[in-house]
Amino acid sequence: MIEILPDKCDFCGCCVGVCPVDAIELKEAEITIIEETCTNCAKCVWSCPIEVLVFNRNGAGKKNDEK
Amino acid sequence: MMKSEYDIVVVGAGPAGSMAARFAAEKGVSVLVLEKDRDVGYPVRCGEAVSKAGIEEFIPSDPKFIATVINKFSFIAPDGSEVIVPLEEEGYILERRIFDYELAKTAAAAGAEILTRAYVNGLLFDGNKVNGVKFEYDGEQKEIKSKIVIAADGVESRVGRWAGLKTHIDFRDMESAVQITASNISVKPDTCYFYFGEEYAPQGYFWIFPKDSKTANIGLGVGGDMNRKKSALTYLNNFMKKNYPGASVLTRIAGGVPCVPTLDKIVAPGIMLAGDAARQVNPLSGGGIASGMIGGSIAGTVAAESVLMNKPEYVFEYEKRWNDRLGKRHLIFNRIKNGIYNFTDEQFNGIAHAALKLPEEKRTLGNIFKTALVNKPKLLIDVAKVFFTK
Ligand SMILES: Cc1cc2nc3c(=O)[nH]c(=O)nc-3n(C[C@H](O)[C@H](O)[C@H](O)COP(=O)(O)OP(=O)(O)OC[C@H]3O[C@@H](n4cnc5c(N)ncnc54)[C@H](O)[C@@H]3O)c2cc1C
Ligand code: SF4
Ligand code: SF4
Repeated sequence: MIEILPDKCDFCGCCVGVCPVDAIELKEAEITIIEETCTNCAKCVWSCPIEVLVFNRNGAGKKNDEK
Repeated sequence: MMKSEYDIVVVGAGPAGSMAARFAAEKGVSVLVLEKDRDVGYPVRCGEAVSKAGIEEFIPSDPKFIATVINKFSFIAPDGSEVIVPLEEEGYILERRIFDYELAKTAAAAGAEILTRAYVNGLLFDGNKVNGVKFEYDGEQKEIKSKIVIAADGVESRVGRWAGLKTHIDFRDMESAVQITASNISVKPDTCYFYFGEEYAPQGYFWIFPKDSKTANIGLGVGGDMNRKKSALTYLNNFMKKNYPGASVLTRIAGGVPCVPTLDKIVAPGIMLAGDAARQVNPLSGGGIASGMIGGSIAGTVAAESVLMNKPEYVFEYEKRWNDRLGKRHLIFNRIKNGIYNFTDEQFNGIAHAALKLPEEKRTLGNIFKTALVNKPKLLIDVAKVFFTK
C-alpha cells in the first residue's frame, strides 16, 4: 500500500500524471490515494521528486493499525 | 453572477486555460473558467524561462512580469567545460505569479468569467458526449452545463480521463523536477545556465535561471527511472551544499514535466484538452508556457467556431490545427531528445570540447545539436528541420 508521509507534499501533480488508474486526488493543498482504485503499482512513488510517497509492503495505515 | 449554463467551460487558469478562455470569448460565446486554487498564477510550478517571441504572440512585453532579459545560454559539461552560446532571439525570465494574472485579465477583458477555489471533480454527459462539469465550490457540490469543456488542468490531466481519453504517461517519460528560488547568491542576470551529466541530472538537466544579480531559480529535472533510484531533491540538495551553502531559499516547488509528444487523442465529443493536460510541452526543452498558450488559443478558437456553427463534431478540427502548428515539430524534438537522453558523461564532455572549437559566431543552438548528433546522421536531418528552417 502507498503511504503519504505527512507534511511533505508540495501538491505538484507529478504523481497524478503517471498514475495509470486515476487513483490520486489532488486539491489545492490536499492529496488522497483512493485505496479501492489503487493497484499498488508504485509508479507514483518512483516519480515523486521530493520523496513524499513510500511503498509499504505491510499494508496501509500501519501506524494506525498497531495498537 | 454565475449562470447555470455556458457555451464553454474551461478547467484550469494557467497559460493554456486563460488563452483558451480569451480566444473563445473574443468570438462572442459565453465562457466560464474554473480554477481550483485560491490564486491565479500561484503557486508557481515553473522555471519561468520563455522566448520573447513566445509570449509576444499573446501579450506585449511588460516590465511588471519580466524579471530579467536573457541573451546568452551557458552549457556546462560534466568535466566543467563551459560553452557559451549567444542567443539569436532574446529570452525572458518571467515573474509567473504576475504573468499568469495578466493573462487571466486578458481573458476577463474579452468577457470570460473566472472563478477561483472551484475544484472540478467530475463531468456531465449526454449519452457519450460531455456536456458540463461537476465541481466543489464554497463547501458545496455544484454542476454547470456547457456545450464544450476545455480541460487545461495541467500535468495531472484528470479531467480528460473522465471522458475516456488516455492522458497518463509512462513514469519514465515524466521528468521529476524540483526547484528553489535562492537569494543572496551571485549570478549573471543575462545568462541561463544548463548543467549536464550524472552528477547534476541524469536523463535531464540542471538549471540556474537568474531573476536578478542576487536571485535565481535553481532546479533540475531527471527522468522517472533516475528519480526512482535517487530523487530530484537529493540532487538539488547536493548541488546547493557544494555550490551555494549560504543561500536563502525564498520558495521551493516540486513538479512533473511531461516530456513526450502530444497525446494521440486530445479531443472527444464535447471535450478538448490543452496545455500540459494534452502533453503539449516541447519534449526536448521541457518548456510549456509558450506551447501551452498556442494550444489553448487554438482550442478556444475552434471551440467557439463549433458553438457558433452549431456543429459539435467540428471540435476535431483542433487536432489538425495543433499538429500543423506544433504537434509535428514536437515529434521531431522528441526524436532528438531520445538521441541525446542517455548520453554518458564522456559524450557530453566530447560535445563541449568540439563545440568550443567552433568559432564563436558559429556557436548557435542548431550547430551545437549538430555537433552532438554527428554520429547519428538520421537525427541530423531532424536537427536541420527544426533549427535551420523558419
Ligand atoms: C519545475 C518546473 C520548471 C519548469 N520550467 C519551465 C520553464 O522555464 N519554461 C517553460 O516554458 N515551461 C516550464 N515548465 C513547464 C510549464 O510550467 C508548464 O508547461 C505550463 O505551466 C503549462 O501550462 P498549463 O496552463 O497547461 O498548466 P498549468 O500552468 O499547470 O495550469 C493548470 C491549472 O489547472 C488547475 N487545475 C488542475 N486541476 C484542476 C481541477 N480539477 N479543477 C480546477 N482547476 C484545476 C491548476 O490549479 C492550475 O492552475 C516547468 C515546469 C516545472 C514543473
Ligand atoms: S501505486 Fe500505482 S495505482 Fe496506486 S496511486 Fe500510485 S500510481 Fe496509482
Ligand atoms: S509528486 Fe510528490 S509532491 Fe507532487 S503531488 Fe505527488 S506526492 Fe505531492
